[in-house]
Amino acid sequence: MHEQIIISGFGGQGALFAGQVLTYAGLKEGRNVTWLPSYGPEMRGGTARCTVTLSDEPIGSPITDSPTVVIAMNPPSMEMFEPRVKAGGFLFVNSSIVSTDSTRKDITTIQVPANDIAEELGNERMANMVLLGALIRATGVISMKSAIAALEENLPERRRHLLPLNEEALRRGAEVVEKVVRG
Amino acid sequence: MAKILMKGNEAIAEAAIRAGCEAYFGYPITPQTELLEYMSRRMVELGRVFLQAESELSAINMVYGAACAGARVMTSTSSPGFSLMQEGISYIVCSEVPAVVINVMRGGPGLGNIQPSQGDYFQMTKGGGHGDYNVIVLAPATLQEAIDLTILAFDLADKYRSVATIIADGMIGQIMEPVELPEIEPPKRPEQPWALTGAKGREKNIITSLYLGGPNLEKVNLRLQETLEEIKANEVRYAEYMLEGAEIVVVAYGTAGRIAQTVVQEAREEGIPAGLFRPITMFPFPYDRLDEVAKSVEHLLVFELNAGQMLEDVRLATRDRLPIHFYGKMGGVVPSPAEVLAQIKKIASPQQGER
Repeated sequence: MHEQIIISGFGGQGALFAGQVLTYAGLKEGRNVTWLPSYGPEMRGGTARCTVTLSDEPIGSPITDSPTVVIAMNPPSMEMFEPRVKAGGFLFVNSSIVSTDSTRKDITTIQVPANDIAEELGNERMANMVLLGALIRATGVISMKSAIAALEENLPERRRHLLPLNEEALRRGAEVVEKVVRG
Repeated sequence: MAKILMKGNEAIAEAAIRAGCEAYFGYPITPQTELLEYMSRRMVELGRVFLQAESELSAINMVYGAACAGARVMTSTSSPGFSLMQEGISYIVCSEVPAVVINVMRGGPGLGNIQPSQGDYFQMTKGGGHGDYNVIVLAPATLQEAIDLTILAFDLADKYRSVATIIADGMIGQIMEPVELPEIEPPKRPEQPWALTGAKGREKNIITSLYLGGPNLEKVNLRLQETLEEIKANEVRYAEYMLEGAEIVVVAYGTAGRIAQTVVQEAREEGIPAGLFRPITMFPFPYDRLDEVAKSVEHLLVFELNAGQMLEDVRLATRDRLPIHFYGKMGGVVPSPAEVLAQIKKIASPQQGER
């Protein structure tokens, strides 16, 4: 496998952390992994994104302009990355706040109302885990079990009490995909 | 040993600690700040010296002082800060005391930006400060290499009583990747009869970079040059990838070298006989080996995150015997593999490229 995954959103939406969970999980499964953030003076409100590479081969370039998977958490990310998804790849759209749809026929687009689901769970900051759950279910690049183990090991101490909620968010994201598949 | 996931800046810091770094002096600057932060935590835990100076000027002079006292010492910075350190580095080299300097380069010139760049190549490999000298320059492409080269930097600084540097960039500083850290052992350091340790029961040592009058400074310079010749003879390092049957060889280092590896792989998949030559020591530059490699290829493509600085060393190595192409991006822009691949395709079939 050689997957390059871009997760992009506003600063504060948790794009970087979702990428880290993916990266730790990939490492657990014995892959070569890299996690590269876009870094800059961007805490909350600016753009934040990361590129995660999961590969069975040693990783050369950790950057790409044709990712195999994209999570677009906000409208600017949709605009920037929708055209770049590699043919045959996946696009996950946070349809709670992205109103445009992809016109591409050569990729699989999955609409995930991540903010709405996160609000139902009582914490809108879970939107990143909802989207990650959808990604895991649809692409299988990592297993749900590895993702949960990665969360357990990497949630900072002060957020540890949010572990069950994170797991629930992952599951709800996966359910979105299951509904799409069932039609 | 199990691999753990670390951020580049932290991996370099931990490598320095495991290499037995006893004292760290620095001043925060993006994209290197996590290195200083990590040291501020770990060095104190270990009972070693961490000091955040009031500027890069004082940081490098604190390094100078600690080095004179025989400590294993390091500082780290990013491009504008590295410029500020040049005077101190020149003094350290002239004084023949060992020190390690990490430069996590960012876009320049000026305050520039905080994105990855290789714009300090000239400054790092050609001297940088005043006077006749060079420092050892090691270029990691991956985090494992960054760790291994940081440890090597301490040993080389000791061995040649000079300054060894790591030429990294913002991408290496910020990326996370699995690494293996070597076990902590007491470092094996050479004897330091020159160190200022208090002259009880022995002749006093004098460490200086001031040699007024007479031929004394010339003697020092001749000795420094002799050391540089030894370094050139002993320490050249490089990596080669898919050179067999290669007609177009990319020459790239650090982050650019890493991107180029993917480019070469993709070119091969498309039937273009490409290869990669990746210098690991930028000083001493692998002139002889590159010259040898160039003898059996048609084209070289130098790829850097700057306006073409290593390009001059590639031309020196090969005396322009073959076509040397250049592709570079400045100001913190990192091109994708596809953009570099397009350059290779242009070289492979010029008409197609020009259309």
